[in-house]
Amino acid sequence: MKSGTLFDPIEQDLHTDEYKINMGPQHPATHGVLRLILTIDGEVIKHVEPDLGYIHRSIEKICERDNYRQIVHLTDRMDYLSSHINNEAVCLLIENALEIEVSDRVKVIRTIIAELTRISSHLLWWGVMGMDVGALTTFMYGFREREMINDIFENTCGARLTMNYNVPGGLMWDIYKDFVKDTKAFLRHFVTKLKEYNDLLTDNVIFRKRTEGVGILSKETAISYGVTGPTLRGSGVSCDIRKLFPYSAYDKVQFDEILMKGGDTFDRYLVRMKEMEQSVSIIEQLIDNIPEGSILEKTRAVIKLPPGEFYQRVETARGELGVYVISDGKKSPYRMKFRSPGFSNLSVINEIAVGHKIGDFVAIISTLDLVIPDIDR
Amino acid sequence: MGYFSDIYKGFKTLLTGMRVTGKYFFNARKEIITQQYPDNRSTLTFPERFRGRVYMPHNENNEHRCTGCQACEIACPNGSIEIVWDRILNPDTGKKKKTIDKHIYHLSMCTMCNLCIIACPTDAIKMSHEFELAAFDRADLTMVLNQPGSKLMDGVED
Repeated sequence: MKSGTLFDPIEQDLHTDEYKINMGPQHPATHGVLRLILTIDGEVIKHVEPDLGYIHRSIEKICERDNYRQIVHLTDRMDYLSSHINNEAVCLLIENALEIEVSDRVKVIRTIIAELTRISSHLLWWGVMGMDVGALTTFMYGFREREMINDIFENTCGARLTMNYNVPGGLMWDIYKDFVKDTKAFLRHFVTKLKEYNDLLTDNVIFRKRTEGVGILSKETAISYGVTGPTLRGSGVSCDIRKLFPYSAYDKVQFDEILMKGGDTFDRYLVRMKEMEQSVSIIEQLIDNIPEGSILEKTRAVIKLPPGEFYQRVETARGELGVYVISDGKKSPYRMKFRSPGFSNLSVINEIAVGHKIGDFVAIISTLDLVIPDIDR
Repeated sequence: MGYFSDIYKGFKTLLTGMRVTGKYFFNARKEIITQQYPDNRSTLTFPERFRGRVYMPHNENNEHRCTGCQACEIACPNGSIEIVWDRILNPDTGKKKKTIDKHIYHLSMCTMCNLCIIACPTDAIKMSHEFELAAFDRADLTMVLNQPGSKLMDGVED
C-alpha cells in the first residue's frame, strides 16, 4: 500500500467472491421439493447442483414386496401428472411377459386416455410456465381446460389424478356412456382455446425476450445426458417412443413428431404447445370408431412372471419411462427399476443454466418440466 | 428503426393478449367455471364411479354381504383392511361357518386404489362418495365397517 492513496485499503476489504444459495426445497419455482444449490456471482449462475431425496418413498423397494397387481397403483405416485401412462407401462410389461394379447378396444381406450393425460400434463406445465415468467393468467386458463379432462377421468375411473385405471390384462372398467360425447366436446373446446394460448403467451414480446436464446441445450449434450421427451426434441433430436417402439394403438394413428432446431427455452416451449395439437389429432382419429371387444382378459388370480428380465418403455408427457423387472418366478419381482425421464432431464441443468441470471434460471427449470416425485420415486 | 418497431411490436402483442383477457373480463357472468365449494354441498354431483372411502352397505334388516373370505385383505397393497373372523356354529344346519366379527378399515393407510372392490366376490364393500375425510384424531381414521349386531345376508356364498 502506497502512502497517500485513500481507496486501496477499502478495496482490499471489499473483495468479490462467489456465493452459495439454496433454491428450494420449498420454493414455488422448483415445483415440488427439489433443492438446487446455486453458486452465484452477483446474479449470474456459476454452478448448479441438484440435491435430491426429499420425497423419496422407496417405491422400487415396495415393488419387491407387493404382488404384480398391487404394483400398478404405486406408479400413480411417481409421475402423478401422467399417471395413466405409468400404469400402462407396468401393465404392458406384465402382459408382454405373460404373452397376453389385449383386445383392440383396450388398446384404443388406453391410447385415448394416454393422450388426454398428455394434454392435461402439458396444460399444467403451460400454466406454470407462464406463472414462472410472471404471467399469472396462464395458470388460471390452463387449469380451466384441465378441469374438463379431469372430469372425464373422474367419470371414467373415479379418480382425477391417481387414476389406477389399468389392470394387468386390460382395464378396470369400460368407458362410461357419454365418454365419446364428452371427449369430442372437450376437443372442440380445446382447439379454440389453443389459439387463445398462443395469442396470450406465445406471441407475447416480453415472453419471447425472456425465453429466446436462453438455456441452449445442444444436441450432443442432450444425447450424452440421456435427455428424452419434448426437452430432447426441442434440441432437434428425433426420439419418440410412440414412433420408435409403438405400443397400444400408436401404430394405427398418424401423427407428427415435433422437432425444433435451436434447443433454447422457447423451442422446448413450442414443442409442447405443438404436441398438444398432435395429441388432439391422435384422439380425433381414434374416438369415432372405438372397436368392440372384451375389456379384461382372463389372468390367473396370482400373477407370476416367468423367470427372466423384462423391459418396457413408454413415452410419458416428460419423456421415456422405462420399467425393468427381474423376475425369479415368484409373485413379486426380484428387482424392479424405473427409468424416469425427469432424472435425466434434471441432470442436464448444470450444462444449460451456467451463465444465466436467476430469473432466466426459473424459466429454464420450467421448460425441463420436472415432476419431483418422478425423480426421487 | 429497430427501437421503434420494438415499441410497436410490444404494444401490439400486449393488446392481443389483453383482448383475450378482456373478452373474459366482460363476459365473466356468462361463463362461470368456479364452484363455491363449502356452500354448494346440496348441488354437488358425483360420478357413479367416484372413489371415496370404503363402506359396507347394509340392508334394512342390518344384514351385509361379507362372507369373510379375506380376498380384500389379500388384495390390499397397504394393509388397510383387517378382518377378524371366527367359525360359528349355525344352529339350522349344524355346521360351523366362517363369519366375520369385525371388518376393520384403516382409512389412514388407504390409497383408494379400488383393488379390494374388484377382488370382492360378493360385492360386500363399495366405494362411497364421501370425500371430506379429515379427522382431528388419528384413531377416528380406523373404523369397523360392519354395523354392530349385523349378520350375513341369506343366500350369499363366495
